[in-house]
Amino acid sequence: MNGKNNSGLDERSLGLRRMIVKTLGSAGRGHLGPAFSIVEIITVLYDKVMKFKPGAPEWNGRDRFILSKGHGCAALYVMLADKGFFSCSELERFCKYDGLLGGHPEFNIPGVEASTGSLGHGLSIGIGMALNARLRRMDYNVYVLLGDGECGEGSIWEGAMSASKHGLENLVAIVDYNKSQAYGSTSEVLDLEPFADKWRGFGFGVVEVDGHDVGGLLSAFKNAPARKGKPTAVICHTVKGKGAPFTENNMEWHHKNKISDQDIDLLLKALEA
Amino acid sequence: MRKTCLNSVYDLARRDDRVIFIGSDLGVSTLDEFKNNIPERFFMEGISEQHIIGMAAGLAMEGNIPYVNTISVFLTRRCFEQIVLDLCLHNLNVRLIGNGGGLVYAPLGPTHLAVEDIAILRTIPNMTILAPADAKEIARLMELTIEHDGPVYIRLAKGGDHIVTPDDQEYKIGKSIRVREGKDILIITTGVTLQISLDAARSLASKGVEAGILHIHTIKPLDTKAIIERLAEVPALITVEEGTVIGGLGSSVAEIVAEADFGQPKKFKRIGVPDTFSDNFGSQKELMEGFGITAANVAQTALELIDVKSG
Repeated sequence: MNGKNNSGLDERSLGLRRMIVKTLGSAGRGHLGPAFSIVEIITVLYDKVMKFKPGAPEWNGRDRFILSKGHGCAALYVMLADKGFFSCSELERFCKYDGLLGGHPEFNIPGVEASTGSLGHGLSIGIGMALNARLRRMDYNVYVLLGDGECGEGSIWEGAMSASKHGLENLVAIVDYNKSQAYGSTSEVLDLEPFADKWRGFGFGVVEVDGHDVGGLLSAFKNAPARKGKPTAVICHTVKGKGAPFTENNMEWHHKNKISDQDIDLLLKALEA
Repeated sequence: MRKTCLNSVYDLARRDDRVIFIGSDLGVSTLDEFKNNIPERFFMEGISEQHIIGMAAGLAMEGNIPYVNTISVFLTRRCFEQIVLDLCLHNLNVRLIGNGGGLVYAPLGPTHLAVEDIAILRTIPNMTILAPADAKEIARLMELTIEHDGPVYIRLAKGGDHIVTPDDQEYKIGKSIRVREGKDILIITTGVTLQISLDAARSLASKGVEAGILHIHTIKPLDTKAIIERLAEVPALITVEEGTVIGGLGSSVAEIVAEADFGQPKKFKRIGVPDTFSDNFGSQKELMEGFGITAANVAQTALELIDVKSG
């Protein structure tokens, strides 16, 4: 096992992943693979794209972000802590009885817009928020991060039709396309292909990017809407468990309920710059 | 009742710009006036109920008050999870207006019969459930929904029902209505079965039995205090509802009775839809007759409970 093959990830990405490892380690459990696959997406959004005020999480002018694939929450929690929405010490109480942060995002957490965890809910909630911006003549954008397996839910495509009908230019559906779901590959469990064509067919402007390429992601988000008068789908080709060689594309790391101290040590070592 | 209800939504929308209407695929020209005069707050989103609840949630999170309207079963059965998570968990000001509560769509068969809507929604924290008896009552209750905090399910009946709700009482969400006084037995009812209960009470009066009637337009939060107070005055009770007796009004009252300390046990029967799917069609009235949700059965059951020989 070579724990040092983390080529391509900069210190920002590695540092956030180390925070994720420590967060999950404090509970000895969690969805590591689904969190590791979205670190760059969340980093680019929070570091370079979205408007927000950590001290005033409900500031009306903020851009809205919904983690519809709620099981990737550790990636969001470390970012929100890093930005100061809440104290980093909360990460150490992950999944504790009286902790702020549970195994899926809850709306009472500063910076979390909606409780998610049951898949297939976030896009429609985001559409409601995007419609509100139009109704109230506000200029915020709504970013909804979907899992690829989540796109098996019919409600996603109900929402996609609606977003297209309303021409929601201020809505960006981001898909974490790591080609894996809990049981196996998406191609075997419930094939999504032709995936980009599906989103195009549902009326979205579609951009495909390497979901770990910070520059590519930034360009995709900054150039939204990809097509005038249409909602945007950014399909992010990602690697589940990206960051440590032994977690990448390793289904054992989708969710673990017994993460050992040795696992933590190996992970932290692999995530050194 | 439905027309009154939707007209109320339009009235509310004209007065309050937080009000939004969302339909699924309703009949042609539904709320045309709303659509023509306030098009930006009128949405007809197609047969996509799960999405509609989520979209309503997103709008409500931003401070709007969406009124969502479609057939009851599609709102409540199909969207149960969206109602639990998107609306009730977040405690949002979304109003769900369900057409055809109970057995209204009798000729359309079991796919369209909303018999367990009250039972399932009652289990959800933060939910409020309204089941008005007539058009006048829905008009009164709709006025109250605008300032109510949290999600509300409004169960609509067929329409054209006789006006039976009294004018001289205070209508408040969560407050029951004392429709009739009587010392021999109490009939507790909700929705359009108030009409049946009144007919039963008149029939009983002709036999010398004084039946009181407590009308429950708000099944949740239930007016527990009034139910206990009224029950303390009578030896027996009957619940009457156009829905399943498992988990509905009858069950709600049974829970109260079981935990209350009345000294003497109460004689008690629930009348409603039994634990079976309907395999009949016909009319709402026929289905209700088939299930014994009739004035005659309520009266007969009352006589048996209080041990008065009928006929």
